[in-house]
Amino acid sequence: MKFNRRDFIKISSATAAGVAVSGLGFDLKAVKSHASLLKTQYARESTTICCYCAVGCGAIVHTSKLGDGRVINIEGDPDHVINKGALCSKGSSIKQLVENDKRLTEPMYRAPYSDKWKTVSWDWALSKIAQRVKKTRDMNFQKTNAKGQIVNRTTSIASVGSAAMDNEECWMYQTLMRSLGLVYIEHQARI
Amino acid sequence: MTNHWIDIKNSDCILIMGSNAAENHPISFKYVTQAMEKGAKLISVDPRFTRTSSKADIYAALRSGTDIAFLGGMIKYILDNNLYNKEYTASYTNAPFIVGREYGFKDGLFTGYQKGGEGPNLGKYDKSKWAFEMDGKGIPKKDRTLLHKRSVFQLMKIHYQRYDLDTVSKVTGTPKTDLLEVYKTFAASGAKGKAGTIMYAMGWTQHTTGTQIIRAMAVIQQLLGNMGVAGGGVNALRGESNVQGSTDHCLLWHIWPGYLKTPRSSNESLEAYNAKWTPKSDDPLSANWWSNYPKYSVSLLKSFFGENANRANQFGYNWQPKVDDGTGYSWFDIFDAMYKGDVEGFFAWGQNPACSGSNASKIRKAMENLDWMVNVNLFDNETGSFWKGPGTDSSKIKTEVFMLPAAVCVEKEGSVTNSGRWMQWRYQGPKPMGNSLPDGDIILRLGKKIMEEYKTSGGVFKDPIVNLKWDYETHGEYDPHKAAKEINGYFTKDVTVKGKMCKKGTLVPSFAWLQADGSTSSGNWLYCNSYTEKGNMSARKSQKDAPNKIGLYPEFAWCWPVNRRIIYNRASVDPKGRPWDKKDWVIKFAGQEKDGKYVSKKWIGDVPDGGWYPMENPDGSKRTDTKHPFIMRKHGHAQIFGPGRADGPFPEHYEPLESPIKNNAFSSQMVNPTAVVYSTKADAYASGDPKFPFVGTTYRVSEHWQTGLMTRPQGWLMEMQPNVFVEMSEELAKIRGIKNGERVMVESARASLECTAMVTKRFKPFNIDGNTVHQVGVPWHYGWRWPTTGTEESANLLTPPAGDPNTRIPETKAFQVNVRKL
Repeated sequence: MKFNRRDFIKISSATAAGVAVSGLGFDLKAVKSHASLLKTQYARESTTICCYCAVGCGAIVHTSKLGDGRVINIEGDPDHVINKGALCSKGSSIKQLVENDKRLTEPMYRAPYSDKWKTVSWDWALSKIAQRVKKTRDMNFQKTNAKGQIVNRTTSIASVGSAAMDNEECWMYQTLMRSLGLVYIEHQARI
Repeated sequence: MTNHWIDIKNSDCILIMGSNAAENHPISFKYVTQAMEKGAKLISVDPRFTRTSSKADIYAALRSGTDIAFLGGMIKYILDNNLYNKEYTASYTNAPFIVGREYGFKDGLFTGYQKGGEGPNLGKYDKSKWAFEMDGKGIPKKDRTLLHKRSVFQLMKIHYQRYDLDTVSKVTGTPKTDLLEVYKTFAASGAKGKAGTIMYAMGWTQHTTGTQIIRAMAVIQQLLGNMGVAGGGVNALRGESNVQGSTDHCLLWHIWPGYLKTPRSSNESLEAYNAKWTPKSDDPLSANWWSNYPKYSVSLLKSFFGENANRANQFGYNWQPKVDDGTGYSWFDIFDAMYKGDVEGFFAWGQNPACSGSNASKIRKAMENLDWMVNVNLFDNETGSFWKGPGTDSSKIKTEVFMLPAAVCVEKEGSVTNSGRWMQWRYQGPKPMGNSLPDGDIILRLGKKIMEEYKTSGGVFKDPIVNLKWDYETHGEYDPHKAAKEINGYFTKDVTVKGKMCKKGTLVPSFAWLQADGSTSSGNWLYCNSYTEKGNMSARKSQKDAPNKIGLYPEFAWCWPVNRRIIYNRASVDPKGRPWDKKDWVIKFAGQEKDGKYVSKKWIGDVPDGGWYPMENPDGSKRTDTKHPFIMRKHGHAQIFGPGRADGPFPEHYEPLESPIKNNAFSSQMVNPTAVVYSTKADAYASGDPKFPFVGTTYRVSEHWQTGLMTRPQGWLMEMQPNVFVEMSEELAKIRGIKNGERVMVESARASLECTAMVTKRFKPFNIDGNTVHQVGVPWHYGWRWPTTGTEESANLLTPPAGDPNTRIPETKAFQVNVRKL
């Protein structure tokens, strides 16, 4: 008889509701030990904060120690003082966000007037982007404005995003953009 | 949020207006429910009967865009019935301040108005007309009895005299009995020891009057003494896991990290910049915390440029780009410039403007003018693939597009800040899938490539690029701990501060230690104290509550500023330092008392907003070694009168840019006279037009998030909410002959959107001044890329080209549409 953790929880709650264990026709101890094996033996636990709204619910991620090293399960963290283990419909589906075959896994490039993507390397993509940034910036850089005041900026490049980045990434991102002279820097908080 | 999620449980009355917490912040409802179990009242005010409404004690419907009329009526009710906390209002707010003789208000306009001018604003004000009267020492004159006829209090009374129940009801469409019940119930939280809170979100911000809607509520919270107390505050329910943190780090044109100002072109030197933006107060009782501004700006520049920032080069001040005085560079302005062909290169980092921006078809068209675009995301989206979207011909679009695959949050390490200002550390589970990379690595590598370009081949004004501090890596990979430490800040030399020797290279303990001489760095003064020599404060997990047992959990994660869980908390005590609420107190003064005077300083509970003595001694004598509690305000008082706002010092009702009615019942000013409205041929709008007779609004569902890019690719969520729909009343469906589940067309002056009709009892027609007005709602989570049928498009194709004059946030919550059968 095979059980996954969900079955185990169902059985446990049925037991709690007063159904006699013997009536189920098996020894619950075995299920318990199997469930605990599923949870920890082949998985590493890490804590995270949900990536959707800003309540900041805690979740536990179980990552396989074997095979492809991917996520086995994500569930609410009972030790988190805000959500105490609960998650909403979106939070409960984070595993489907991570382990999703529609995800982008390679840098891609679309040439002018082309109708398709081409897979490219990171090095190629970032080198080309750096060249585009430099060309656009240098050709359009404004040292002074119409009044002759020093402005040292470019309005030929704009950048939007991102409330989806971590604080530390936000810090680095905005220092880079500002050092390039961008003033068109905006993100989700504006809209 | 001035307070935080768990604190909602301490409330006696919860107003949910401009948000739908039960569906959009579901876990927050745990605390709404806990408060209700202890006897709190829940009020839901919404154009639609939502799942939040279904749990409420009182539900009141209002027409979208009439919130100021609704709240103005509440201000009048509180004043007319003497339900305000007089001691709080007179002591802690600017109600007693005397306003200068030039202030005036007539027929919807404050004094100092000028119509038109440069830019997208319909007009602007000369705010000097609204200045306070000062005494000989440069301190605002006050009448603490609140009786002076030019006191803020009396001017407010006059202003809201017009907001009587009849007028409010005929504007909002809310029955008078419902208005009264809401007013009476919420105003009861003004009793000493009671607390009322507001939970709002985009339902308030996304209007041409958005800022003033929130100010109207802030006025109410001040009158009722609800700021600073447990279960009170003004609480914005923010919608993205790190939209609070990304705002704090100021990924916005107008501010630098920690809410410092982006330099204006007239701020010609660092000295001029600091002088301009450092507020000055001559009141010895005002802490005027922003007087520390130069410490924060210089420390920020030190974090930007490290050792390359020194006194001789003004710490790199002129390496920073400057914006022209009086010009806006906001979201709307970016796409307006792009539409006009003035932007060549564009980055979209984890954002999907092709679906998220108001008037999205203008945005999509604008992108065709770009030479290049970099789109960083988890999934292919409508922005990166705009060149093959509906109605485009890729063979005519010149734009080069680089699509870069980002890692999902669980594949990387770093912190996010929730709506309650809690910075929480998260850890890596699996490695990034395929060749995807954390944003941090993408930024790190891109920065290195750009620096290489400038180092090897020179270039225009390369100093800021080659001098940027860029050491956030370990073994060639992005290291979030290094960035987190830089955000906190370091001592850059051996210095003695507060009599303590601080070694070069050690982390600054808190922003009270930051200096304006270059001896400290801090990427964000508000986060100084988050990662110290004691470790990473945001990674803490202690389940222990504070002694006041109100759910502060001070050693769980970390919160800005300096781990203060409830801000403005010195207003939670009376002038003698005794909590208004004896049971759910936030802080209390515990210093020693001798002969009716306090003789030693000690506060217990939350981290107080400054540790000064209370304003008064137990015997009622005033102290001179204290500070007013609203320490971030120049004069130390909360602002009922807000002379800094673009559209007036008191909130006033105006109709949305697109309105179903022809006249504003409160004045002859139909629309906010300072609203921003864009004017290319892609910016059409139609008000009072019979072709678009119904009020439209956008909203969200639990199962999707934002443009849906992080929910539309998931099987479970799409199964639950597969289609874009238009929700309408049974009455409207009957008029248009529409059946539940049919595909219909929703049309605005800008675009048409095919939707599935959802006919419900949740919308009801409004009675607006004797006329029937219908409203419909469309969730904005969809776009043509997923599902691949391409039939489910973005509701932002419909939304208008107008926004709030203070924020330029678009008015996506109130516009006009038609609905017809296909």
